[in-house]
Amino acid sequence: MTPETIVDHSYFAALGDAVCVSTSATQRISLVFKAEVSQFIRFNHARVRQATAVRQAYATIAVVDAGRRIETTQSLSGNLDADCAAMCAEREAMIGALPQVPVDSFLLLPDAVTDTDRRQTGKLPTPDELIATVIAAASGLDLVGFYAAGPMVRGFADSRGQCNWHAVESFHFDWCVYQSGDKAVKAVYAGTTWDADEFAARLFESARRLPLLARAPRVLQPGSYRAYFTPPAMGELLGLVAWNGFGTKHRRTGTSSLMRMADSATTTSTRLSADFHLREATASGLSPAFTDEGFVKPETVTLIDAGVACNTLTSPRSAREFALPANGANAAEAPESLSLAAGTLDIDDALRALDTGLFVSDLWYLNYSDRAACRLTGMTRFASFWVEAGQLVEPLQVMRFDDSFLRMFGKGLLGLTKQTQLLTDNSSYGERQLASVTTPGALVEGWQLTL
Amino acid sequence: MLDQLAFNAQRAAPAVDRWSVRGVVERSEELNVRQGVVQAPSRRLDCGAMVCVNHRGGHGFAATGDASEAGLREAFARATELANAMNGWGEFDASSLPAAHASGKYETRTDRPASMMGLGERIELLSLVNAGTQIDSRIVDCSASLWTLDIEQRFISSDGADATQHWQLVIPNIQATAFFNGITQTRSAAGQYNGFCQQGGLEVLERARFAEDGPRVAAEAIELTLAPQCPSGEMDVLLMPDQMMLQIHESIGHPLELDRILGDERNFAGTSFVTLDMFGEYRYGSELLNVSHDPTRGEQLASFGFDDEGMPAQRHLLIENGILKRPLGGELSQARARAKGFELGAVATSRACSWNRAPIDRMSNLNIEAGGSSLRQMVDSIGFGVLMKTNLSWSIDDSRNKFQFGCEYGQVIRNGELAEVVRNPGYRGISATFWRSLAMVGDQSTYEVMGTPFCGKGEPSQAIRVGHAAPACKFSKVAVFGSED
Repeated sequence: MTPETIVDHSYFAALGDAVCVSTSATQRISLVFKAEVSQFIRFNHARVRQATAVRQAYATIAVVDAGRRIETTQSLSGNLDADCAAMCAEREAMIGALPQVPVDSFLLLPDAVTDTDRRQTGKLPTPDELIATVIAAASGLDLVGFYAAGPMVRGFADSRGQCNWHAVESFHFDWCVYQSGDKAVKAVYAGTTWDADEFAARLFESARRLPLLARAPRVLQPGSYRAYFTPPAMGELLGLVAWNGFGTKHRRTGTSSLMRMADSATTTSTRLSADFHLREATASGLSPAFTDEGFVKPETVTLIDAGVACNTLTSPRSAREFALPANGANAAEAPESLSLAAGTLDIDDALRALDTGLFVSDLWYLNYSDRAACRLTGMTRFASFWVEAGQLVEPLQVMRFDDSFLRMFGKGLLGLTKQTQLLTDNSSYGERQLASVTTPGALVEGWQLTL
Repeated sequence: MLDQLAFNAQRAAPAVDRWSVRGVVERSEELNVRQGVVQAPSRRLDCGAMVCVNHRGGHGFAATGDASEAGLREAFARATELANAMNGWGEFDASSLPAAHASGKYETRTDRPASMMGLGERIELLSLVNAGTQIDSRIVDCSASLWTLDIEQRFISSDGADATQHWQLVIPNIQATAFFNGITQTRSAAGQYNGFCQQGGLEVLERARFAEDGPRVAAEAIELTLAPQCPSGEMDVLLMPDQMMLQIHESIGHPLELDRILGDERNFAGTSFVTLDMFGEYRYGSELLNVSHDPTRGEQLASFGFDDEGMPAQRHLLIENGILKRPLGGELSQARARAKGFELGAVATSRACSWNRAPIDRMSNLNIEAGGSSLRQMVDSIGFGVLMKTNLSWSIDDSRNKFQFGCEYGQVIRNGELAEVVRNPGYRGISATFWRSLAMVGDQSTYEVMGTPFCGKGEPSQAIRVGHAAPACKFSKVAVFGSED
């Protein structure tokens, strides 16, 4: 058995055939399958700090009967016969426990049987090749970074015969080259086909800005500043608002950070700039086109159109609770493929348009300082600069901001760039992630710094 | 699976300088009742093993869900491949690492295991607690949850280690959201992200006052909708243990992690304002500040017998009378610091969140020692200030210096008396100076054992369980703020 077996469609299909067998007309059995064979290589000081190979697979079986539901997630060994036997035994145990569970009045299951299949193969380096390439290219640099790569699969099957499959083989390498202290340039190289020359070129490009970081940092006073946010900085801002901002449950219970926009289509409540168009764009993202409950996602859900709040993300539970149609949202009602539309500012003209102010390359550790007002706080990070007459002048000493997202992207928004960047989720809590944010850069007036 | 681990590992191990295997079997169940509706019980069984190979100075890890002899052999092969690939390119020389030969057992002290309560009983309890929060129509959302975990781990090494550990954890929570007069406020039992989390069995629910706490949580949510905004300005703050846990975590715990100080986390979680040369002489806080790494406190979330490199647990003071003494670094990080000329003293705290991640320096139980002031004395001493409870928002820079934290619940202190409740309380400061403004430390009567199940760090990412026990503490001249209506 090769290590890759556990990420093969045939393994998933055989497990589904064994497990997704209902014994009555009212019973429904479903299987969610998540597996990866990953290489994780950490670098510090341009040397290998930690190298880990992970082979893991998890199956979640849900048993539903007469409005009652129970689910179990189990790790799999990769031995198909043993895994099928273990999961079938667990299925029977759940069926036995089901009478103890009350009817779930918010339970909603898909009616239609819709199969999907998306597969993308890649070309990845061996650990030897990767390490040799990175260390050679990073010679003389203080590089710290993280390479994560390998096949990742997601599957859904159920006793009605639905089958959904999503398989990608990809890499994500993000790194910083440090000048000194907390001053660094961050960069990323992600995709499906590794090209050592392309990596070296990107690393060279990221190192080119280091001399600017050697200048004495500018210490800013709290106050308001004109600022240009790069796409990665925008990704942080959008990522925070995605945390409970767009979900139906949060909107209906008054806990959404975008409550003040909730009725903006019909009333005079808060609107963002007319240039602000935001969608959950599954078709152009990297996430599977299906949910863990077996719903197939629409290609796109418009969340904000011309600054006006539109749809919310409605999970099956919220759909039942609030008598709305589900629209492909996950249980947390968090977007997975958020996409902010491009504007008209050429990215090469961004500094000229900024003129004097802050070039914010990265933001860090954002949180709400007042969720109801959508007031955010966080820190500048890495290669952020003071700009005069459209030129990078000095790096910034890190500063804390505390400002309203509604103000920043309402009357504060001066422009969005023509070019957008796809930012892939580089976190790997429990498993490598498939979420992404696509965003342009943004020029904003009056950004509030506090500390 | 763990019964066979040593046998399988011995048979599967390759001819390398040194190896270890850490097997984990984790069973858990999450129950949640929201708005009176029982959500589907969610169970989890997570089994696997992480093997580590040290060979010719290289250091490789490989994780597998198959802990059979064949599965471990395949994992050993991948770990050996990585150790060989790292050979000569490593950030440290793995051959310099000390041997791991810990042997023994650790077992959570449990009066009544959570499994003594059947599924139906657990659901009934949660339904009652949830119903207890529905005290009037201003409560628009409410939930009660219970997360129970049973974790077994065995660590085997070629140096003769054989350590088994068994933890039982109970993590309850209650939450209520009130809406009145255009204002929405959410209150929780001890934090919306499970600040009350302990080792033990059903007795943990009693320590949390879980069965009877719903009405209090709901009443305080309503109280907050009626409350004015927190005042702004420089004033004294009195932080209660369910906010102190976050203050310790972000501005003492993370900056003292030795792997951060050595630069490992600079690409993600960040660096530290603390440097290797500060230990032994740097004044971290006022003379009242005493901070312990204590993995031996039985009920606390991250107590253990051995860390995941096999180092036996031992309590140490990291900050004593305000002076920085030791970092949070396991054997590997200590060896790396030693190679740079710093002999700092290891503490057992190199941990992994599960079988599929390699250990790194973490907080375990990081506590502030109780002082000598009663809550009454601390309130008496404040002319104008705010008492804050229960963390809600957290943000700090990547060197762990400039922070801004928000709480669920505030109460003005005026002329030595607790006065009106205020909503949206927050404060900001700088770690390097904030702890020097520690003016009074609560006595044992104010001390509570809290924690978080979700401390995030590492590449690949790891969310690990951490304990924080603290008394109430008073800080002087803090920048406090509320929000705007």
